[in-house]
Amino acid sequence: MSVLDRKLLRDLARMWAQVLAIALVMACGVATLVLAIGAYRSLDETRAAFYDRYRFATVFSGLTRAPLQLKTRLSSISGVSGIELRIVKPVLLDIPGMVEPATGIAVSIPDFGEPAVNRLYLRSGRLPEPGRTSEIAVTEPFAAAHRMAPGSRFDAIMNGRKRTLTVTGIVLSPEYIYAIGPGDLVPDQRRFGVFFMPRTALAGIFDMTGAFNDVAIRTQRNVDLRAVIDALDTLLKPYGGTGAHDRDDQISHMFLDSELVQLRAMAMVIPPVFLFVSAFLVNMILTRLIALEREQVGLMKAVGYGPMAIAWHYAKLTLIVALVGIAIGSVAGNWLGRGMTDLYARFYSFPFLIFRQSLDLYAIAATVSALAALAGSARAIWSVVRLPPAVAMQPPAPTRYRSLLGAGSRLLRVFSQLTIMALRHLIRWPVRTLTTALGTSLAVALLITALFAFDSTAFMVDTVFTRSERQDATLSFSTERSPRALQEVAAMPGVLRAEGFRATPVILRHGHRERRLVIQGLVREADLSRALDKALDSVEPPSSGLMISEWVANLLDLHIGDIAEVELLERDHRMAAVPISSVVESFIGLAVYMRTDALDRMIGDGPRLSGVHVAIDPSQLSKLYETIKRTPAVAAIALQGLSRERFRETIEENITIMTTVYAALAVIITFGVVYNSARIQFSERARELASLRVLGFTKGEVSSVLLIELGAIVALAQPLGWLFGYFFSWTVVEGFSSDLFRVPFIIDRSTFAASSLVVLGVAALSALIVRRRVDRLDLVRVLKTRE
Amino acid sequence: MDKPIFSVHCLTKVYRTGEVEVFALRGVDLDLEEGEMAVLLGPSGSGKSTLLNIMGGLDHATSGKVHFRDQELTGFSERQLTRFRREHVGFVFQFYNLIPSLTAWENVALVTEISTDPMAPEEALEMVGLKDRMTHFPAQLSGGEQQRVAIARAIAKRPEVMLCDEPTGALDSKTGILVLEALWRINEELKTTTAIITHNAGIRDIAHRVFTFKDGRIAEAEVNDRRARPAEVSW
Repeated sequence: MSVLDRKLLRDLARMWAQVLAIALVMACGVATLVLAIGAYRSLDETRAAFYDRYRFATVFSGLTRAPLQLKTRLSSISGVSGIELRIVKPVLLDIPGMVEPATGIAVSIPDFGEPAVNRLYLRSGRLPEPGRTSEIAVTEPFAAAHRMAPGSRFDAIMNGRKRTLTVTGIVLSPEYIYAIGPGDLVPDQRRFGVFFMPRTALAGIFDMTGAFNDVAIRTQRNVDLRAVIDALDTLLKPYGGTGAHDRDDQISHMFLDSELVQLRAMAMVIPPVFLFVSAFLVNMILTRLIALEREQVGLMKAVGYGPMAIAWHYAKLTLIVALVGIAIGSVAGNWLGRGMTDLYARFYSFPFLIFRQSLDLYAIAATVSALAALAGSARAIWSVVRLPPAVAMQPPAPTRYRSLLGAGSRLLRVFSQLTIMALRHLIRWPVRTLTTALGTSLAVALLITALFAFDSTAFMVDTVFTRSERQDATLSFSTERSPRALQEVAAMPGVLRAEGFRATPVILRHGHRERRLVIQGLVREADLSRALDKALDSVEPPSSGLMISEWVANLLDLHIGDIAEVELLERDHRMAAVPISSVVESFIGLAVYMRTDALDRMIGDGPRLSGVHVAIDPSQLSKLYETIKRTPAVAAIALQGLSRERFRETIEENITIMTTVYAALAVIITFGVVYNSARIQFSERARELASLRVLGFTKGEVSSVLLIELGAIVALAQPLGWLFGYFFSWTVVEGFSSDLFRVPFIIDRSTFAASSLVVLGVAALSALIVRRRVDRLDLVRVLKTRE
Repeated sequence: MDKPIFSVHCLTKVYRTGEVEVFALRGVDLDLEEGEMAVLLGPSGSGKSTLLNIMGGLDHATSGKVHFRDQELTGFSERQLTRFRREHVGFVFQFYNLIPSLTAWENVALVTEISTDPMAPEEALEMVGLKDRMTHFPAQLSGGEQQRVAIARAIAKRPEVMLCDEPTGALDSKTGILVLEALWRINEELKTTTAIITHNAGIRDIAHRVFTFKDGRIAEAEVNDRRARPAEVSW
């Protein structure tokens, strides 16, 4: 090993704390990139593999009832590679030990053999035997929520009759990765489950022998789905087909997609910021570190080392620091990414997990970090190597300071000389001051970006549930009922208020743009379920025309006064032209409202109700639940109170994972910037500080010079950080929006405060560490040496 | 003369660097009288700076005692030493040790701010002949001027002792004389006890007493019958 290399190793050992701090900052950049994009890609890949191996369908359609003989004609649609004609029916469940009713969907599977599409992954037990009307397989999340195992039993109301069902197997289905109950916003494993029953048995229960009411088709690759959908619609039209659609409108897929979009939004915004911040910090820190090596460079030149040899020596130092950072970052990113993917996989109940090693990410992260480090040090190396040895060995000429306000200014006399020292130093090196402040501010900004999601979701949940969806529960009828049903529900025990509603699935078109959605019929003076205007105040639906949410308006390029085309999916795809009469705010789903009487007129079969929103007296809850469980007309019940909690929990759980990771990284970055900056300031000014000690200033007073500087920088960083944080958060919010929900852009003041407090805390800790160095200053040595 | 302001007894100082022990002081006895100007002469490594540092409260002795008036410096805590430096001692060093970010006036004010009975910074600067350079930063001053600012800073708090370690070491003789003039004047006018370290034998004539150091001991102490003014000195 050459002597220069030994020096290198000893320098590294001597500066280990700083080297580690720089490497950690770099590691953060590398780790977030590997973590976020890696987790996103893994999840995407896992989903794709699950879909592929379990033959997830590509086209779906519901219908009222059609004979099984239709299969030949359906199969002959060009491009179809697999088809499954199924019975899919809602059921109300009565689970032992659960007061509120749960809902489920019963789905038929072939009596013998595997389904051609949407195959099941059998986690445990066996599939139900054909002919047994009491055997079912249930989806794993539901089973887990109720601690069910093969052999468990519970009651279900199927086609108006109560039956006791026995679980024979626990399964996972690509169709119900995201199993979401009617009226719910997020999966609630406890209150919603999917059951699989052999077709003969299910047909017997629901009087569907020889018939089906649901089609799932798997198409060949590169087939024009539009053509398949059109052909399917034509064939099913006589049988009450509700409109075929592709995966984009399949609930589980849609929700999963929106989650992936969010994950990608996080992955696209935050890691590049981290990488940039860390590159920038490394650059700043190494520049200053190498500038301090000036004398040693002079000495090396004096004894005959060439500029290239010296430059390479310092480049190696830089590269080793970068390598340490890249190594830590890669390992941490890989580990965290695996953990996060694992967490998501469990949340979405995938049967397996594919963790993809993205070599390109490591390469990108490593290259960016190494280049940033080299670029940072190159400037410093060059400026030092360029000096003639005799000059380099001299301490740099005393720094020329400028006066703040004119050197003799009386104004300055309100400050102590120690303060003036600190302030002049800050002003003398404005670029350095600003870059340090900028680095610190980015840490504040990242914390805000990580934390604001809580504010936004809290605001969203609050708005949706206290202003818009204020009902305690929503009862959905199995088929539309006459308005008299409202009185029946109102008469149920514990019902304080009941509001009927009508909802109908449609395709809304404007020009070439279209979306499948549900038009909600709102009653006049609704109090439970209301639409909100842009100021989030409740707003009455107009007597005619559609009231659409801003998101829908943007999607379909609709403006007030435009005429939209409405295709009634449950009314033989009849068309209607309806004007847009107002645009409202809605955070969830594709909200389109009409007044019930207008909706009734449009549908044209007189007043009908799809269900009832109710407000409930909590003390009567169990009685009401009992009644509902005995009411066959009620196909499903959504409990908004529980939904709301569940929604909050789910979102917060998701956000918490991300937030914790990013917040931890932000803390490391703060520490990296502030500690290094303070540490370097200390090295540069050791002599000055020692002089002060000699003059009789106490350790506290001497430290205050550094602390004032540090404080000024950290203070300057706060407003900057708030500004950047606001901008980053806004970018994330933009990336978060999907058809399923939009996150309003809300940042509480407490989030700004919390972010600042964290950074201030970390800064204070760094200051304390540097303060200990001031305490240990060797006065005699510092004064005896010429810097 | 009265009771000595400083009295040093059997002072030793051993530096340990790794396994090597270096005896910087091997038993020094010395009294400094109130208002006296003493010059400490000797080759480098003879122990004079170590003695000055201990007397100034910058370093700890290995054994022996130093008294400042009635107080035993060698028994002082870190905090007491800081206080001692702050209240009683003015230092002048070879490399000036000015704060580059403060003007001449501010460098002096730095000390007057924390003193109980200081003179105005202007006054101190006037005594060293720099009244017209008050608003200059160190980088705008010559070496001699910087050293005189350092002296102004040292005297501004009206210290009882001035400890000067090679105050002219980095200066040419002409500038050095200006600096010594300043020290002389302060000793004369303010009666500040002054100890000056130098290896420049020419300076010896301005002192009341001269101590010559050799190998960590005082080899010779002599009294000048007639003090020369700095202007009369040459080197």
